[in-house]
Amino acid sequence: MKWIEKTSDKLSQAFKSKRILKPFYALFEAADSFLLTPKTLTSNGSHIRDHVDMKRIMITVMIALLPPTLFGIWNIGYQHFAAVGIYANFWHTVWYGIARWFPIILTVYVSGLVLEIIFAQRRGHSVAEGFFVTGMILPLIVPPEIPLWILSIATIFATLFAKEVYGGTGYNFLNPALVARAFIFFAYPGVISGDGVWIAGKPDAFSGATPLANIAGSAASSLPGTSDMFVGIIPGCIGETSKIAIILGALLLIYTRVASFRTMISVIVDGLVTGSIFNLIGSTALMQVPAWEHLLMGGFLFGAVFMATDPVTSPHTGTGQIIYGLLVGALAIFIRVVNRGYPEGMMLAILLMNVFSSLIDHLAIQRNIKKRLARSSRARACACVRAKPGRC
Amino acid sequence: MMQLKKYLGPLNRNNPITIQILGVCSALAGTAQLKPAVVMCISVAVVCAFSNFVISLLRNTIPPRVRIIVQLLIVATFVILVDQVLQAFFYEISKMLSVFVGLIITNCIIMGRLEAFALANRPLPSAIDGLANGIGYGLVLIIIATVRELLGSGTLWNYRIIPETFYQNGYINNGLMVLPPMALIIIGVIVWIQRSANKELQEEY
Repeated sequence: MKWIEKTSDKLSQAFKSKRILKPFYALFEAADSFLLTPKTLTSNGSHIRDHVDMKRIMITVMIALLPPTLFGIWNIGYQHFAAVGIYANFWHTVWYGIARWFPIILTVYVSGLVLEIIFAQRRGHSVAEGFFVTGMILPLIVPPEIPLWILSIATIFATLFAKEVYGGTGYNFLNPALVARAFIFFAYPGVISGDGVWIAGKPDAFSGATPLANIAGSAASSLPGTSDMFVGIIPGCIGETSKIAIILGALLLIYTRVASFRTMISVIVDGLVTGSIFNLIGSTALMQVPAWEHLLMGGFLFGAVFMATDPVTSPHTGTGQIIYGLLVGALAIFIRVVNRGYPEGMMLAILLMNVFSSLIDHLAIQRNIKKRLARSSRARACACVRAKPGRC
Repeated sequence: MMQLKKYLGPLNRNNPITIQILGVCSALAGTAQLKPAVVMCISVAVVCAFSNFVISLLRNTIPPRVRIIVQLLIVATFVILVDQVLQAFFYEISKMLSVFVGLIITNCIIMGRLEAFALANRPLPSAIDGLANGIGYGLVLIIIATVRELLGSGTLWNYRIIPETFYQNGYINNGLMVLPPMALIIIGVIVWIQRSANKELQEEY
């Protein structure tokens, strides 16, 4: 295996020095550090507490995203064959799903990475790992029938205006994958809502609305069973349908502490609380949807596990994460139930709270500083009283 | 030569929208279509030039403490005149622009030029300055409106530009272009391009 390393070294020299290859150094560097361990070492006085770096965090998230992805691929095929009315065995189903899913993820990666490489080259830094996760998440939150040119425009828009103009990975205050989805939602609403887009290769006569759209359109009678919604055998965005797969991913993220369990739990708990409050009011069909069923519909759980916990765009303090989670959960259900125009409240709720997350952090830190100041001045006063009674 | 350069400043180096960041509100509101945007920038240029001229004539007689009210009165007079002309001769466009013609009074560019230039300069240079600022504002407006109408509606000046075959093959107009937030992003892109082209416009940070 020595020769791989040697070739990489030689190539690195070539990319650094040769005039023709120079513009592609960022591309080479990205591929090199993706495949091999980077050679740059800290020589003195580093403050390492853990050997988890950005690369490992991103890889963990990608592994956690595998269950929803794999289930999503199968479900694309399953929904297609169920709608067409042809019996297909497991491998046919998976094959059809891959044939649909692969162009989507390829489009996202190519359009996003080309832009990232251009920016990395012009600004003289290396391509950051952040886009690998964004590019893996984005195909999971779009319908399988999404036109690829729209997806490409949305990816470029989100990478450019939600990330690169603010300085690249780690400086973005909005989740790029959600910005891409919101862009599609507002610019091309026809391809991401309604009942024609959720099943790949759907025949015209077949209604393919998601459970959420059914309820928003007051067709509550045609809801699939709870177990179907839990397992995920329903039409929807590619990765959001299976709650089992999402919970598997969530367990890995919580176990490795890559994502904050505080955010996840508070989003879900407050989603339930808000749903129950609406149940008590219960004046429209949407308000009567049982609170726990909200968790099974649409992208609520996927958003809570993979989107709301994005370490860059969510608060860093523990208190902040809880407050942020509570607000996301409440807003998501609120938008869903009150505003019929936006059946998927989760996306808008997370984006809105992303904007507020640094403010929440600031308040949490200020509160802590005040508390500790009060405690220390109290302690000082006590010590003073003990030392010189009568003089303080 | 120096004089000329100073007067042409608003067209690029000292553009009211992209450098002074004034009048952004109307640049977001009135630019979904090209036609109203052009009418809007002609109106602003006219109002700006004439009110600059008149204020400059009165500059030595206006008491400083009430100058804002005097300025507002004069600007309002010209805005009403422009509004009436539009209603009389271009009724359709006037209806499209609706309240935004009246809101020219609140356009920061006009008040900014009155305060910064007309109160300290002779009438003719003031009128030229007002006109140049109006045109600089208009240039940016026309760029924004062209992008927004072309991508948002597929038309320019209400003529179809993007052919029918595109739509039949799955092309869809970008609905976000019709909404004001996209205009803000386009302004951002214009500022970005302008500053990367002109080194001296980049701030230290």
